[in-house]
Amino acid sequence: MTLKRALGALAVLIVLWLLLPTLVIIPMSFNSAASFNFPPKGFSLQWYENFFTDPSWLRALGSSLQVALVTMVVATSLGIMAAIGLSKVKFRGKALLESYFLTPLIVPGIVIAIGLYSLFLRFNLLGTLPGFVLAHTVVALPLVIINVTASLQGVDPRLEQASATLGAGRLRTFFSITLPLIMPGVTAGALFAFVTSFDEIILSLFIQSPQLQTLPVKIYNSVTQASDPTVAAVAVIAMLTSVLVMLTAQFATRKRKRVSA
Amino acid sequence: MRPETSPSALDQNERELRQLHLNTEIISVINDAGISLRDVTKRYGKKAVVDAINLVIEPGEFMTFLGPSGSGKTTTLNMIAGFVSATEGLLHIYGKPVAKLPAHKRDIGMVFQNYALFPHKTVAENIAYPLDRRKIAKAEQKTMIAGALDMVRMGEFGDRYPAELSGGQQQRVALARALVYKPRVLLMDEPLGALDKKLREWLQKEIKRIHREVGSTFVYVTHDQEEALSLSDRIAVFNNGRIEQVGSPAELYQRPETLFVGRFLGESTVLSGSLVNTVGGTSTLDVSGHAIRVPGEKNSTSLAILIRPENITLCAEGTESESSDVNTLPVTVLDANYLGSAWRCEVQLPDGSTGTVREAHSAGVREPGTRAVMRWNVDSGVLLEDTGEEGVSLT
Repeated sequence: MTLKRALGALAVLIVLWLLLPTLVIIPMSFNSAASFNFPPKGFSLQWYENFFTDPSWLRALGSSLQVALVTMVVATSLGIMAAIGLSKVKFRGKALLESYFLTPLIVPGIVIAIGLYSLFLRFNLLGTLPGFVLAHTVVALPLVIINVTASLQGVDPRLEQASATLGAGRLRTFFSITLPLIMPGVTAGALFAFVTSFDEIILSLFIQSPQLQTLPVKIYNSVTQASDPTVAAVAVIAMLTSVLVMLTAQFATRKRKRVSA
Repeated sequence: MRPETSPSALDQNERELRQLHLNTEIISVINDAGISLRDVTKRYGKKAVVDAINLVIEPGEFMTFLGPSGSGKTTTLNMIAGFVSATEGLLHIYGKPVAKLPAHKRDIGMVFQNYALFPHKTVAENIAYPLDRRKIAKAEQKTMIAGALDMVRMGEFGDRYPAELSGGQQQRVALARALVYKPRVLLMDEPLGALDKKLREWLQKEIKRIHREVGSTFVYVTHDQEEALSLSDRIAVFNNGRIEQVGSPAELYQRPETLFVGRFLGESTVLSGSLVNTVGGTSTLDVSGHAIRVPGEKNSTSLAILIRPENITLCAEGTESESSDVNTLPVTVLDANYLGSAWRCEVQLPDGSTGTVREAHSAGVREPGTRAVMRWNVDSGVLLEDTGEEGVSLT
């Protein structure tokens, strides 16, 4: 009984430990003093006001949303095709190819960042929208592939054969049968791709230019260069966006499980 | 609904066939057949899973591919469907060469063992799917869907999702979906394999009735010999990638051409022996020292006689026949079961193997261990080459 209680207390401690750094930012964002000192003094909405009135912050938010949306579309389209391709073929070394697609999840971000930096320098992609999208797609693609592959495993291959005998070509079968059935995985993958891009900092730091900065890059620059408490408000807004998207992804995944059960 | 092949296209087919140096007789067989397979082979690597099969399925016929798993029957069906491409050979459906035609252009229907209904569509939407592909107006679709559902007696279930139906109901919907556009060929891959015995027997009757109603060519794959016997116009028995024999259920049962076919269909008693002589179309074999007569002759050293259990009677010891029309063989009763309509006895043959006897009225010789005499008319034995194959039982 005492052991059970001790374990319960430990669990609560771990949960607090995981959550506190995230939660502490919320009171900080309402700080009336212009400092990062904890606990905050007084209550004020000035940092939120600052964020929504400063064009450079809004531009960064706009860039982040733009990059994240395009990355989501590109990574999801490519990821669906890769997952379907992998599910259809059988050849020696297929497992190798599968893990190859997932390497961006394992290789340290800094390694990819340095590699991309030298490539983008050569091809003039630094500080451009295509550059950001290309870079973010590298890390978002594996998440789409994982989710879509999981969904595809629940789809009976006989359904595609049945669709063919009923007179549907491959493209028609994909859009009428396969895609609706893997939609939960596609949705989850797309949202993961969005969040990954929206939160991405390592690659973005290397690709950024003064003209094009995503929100995390701007936050980083503000903290390291100017120590502007506006970042607390920005961080809360960014966190809320991510949490909302992830909750949607969770919901989509749960729905998928119910269908396959 | 049924696009007739245009005359010019047929001419072209014929020209292509002539180029293959086929004579006109074979060409006309191909053109008149519902489905024609000529020397169709499927190899994976060096292994031929289907080995130079020749088969002509008549239009409107109910043809069953029967065989153990791995015999090539499903691969052959998949080649007709277009899921598997033949390595060699000519494949024609209603005179049209289809070897290079993708599955969705073959205008066939197919029913799968696991039903393969689209889970995200209702029953009515499932049946509308092939009609949408054929660009049929919605109003017309409605009557066609209602007709198809009525045919399988599922009229009330149009708004249900497949997950809300039982296995038997799902398979009836799958049948409706595969037949609603009136394909000339319906392929069925062990459609009743996942259902329990009672439902299976009832659906067999339904499938037979539907076959009579629609008149399409049905090709049915099963490993269940009882199912094959009760459903089919003709059965093709597959073994090791080849067709052992094609014939009506009665032909296959009464006059099997190979030991494999005889053993695979129904119960049988098989006597192995060596040829003594052949006189006037009747051969005499030495079966464990007993002279056994059987109609026919075969040029082989190791022969076998196959007798169906209902053609054999068991008599008390000492009633050996002297008549030249009746064979007798001493046996030992191993077991006897009362089936209601008959007694089924297992007996030990002189060479130690087991035989089966089925008698409507038992003469009373059925105590296990009793020595008895097995009697049967010479005419009811079938002379076969003894390929040494063990019986395959899959019931």
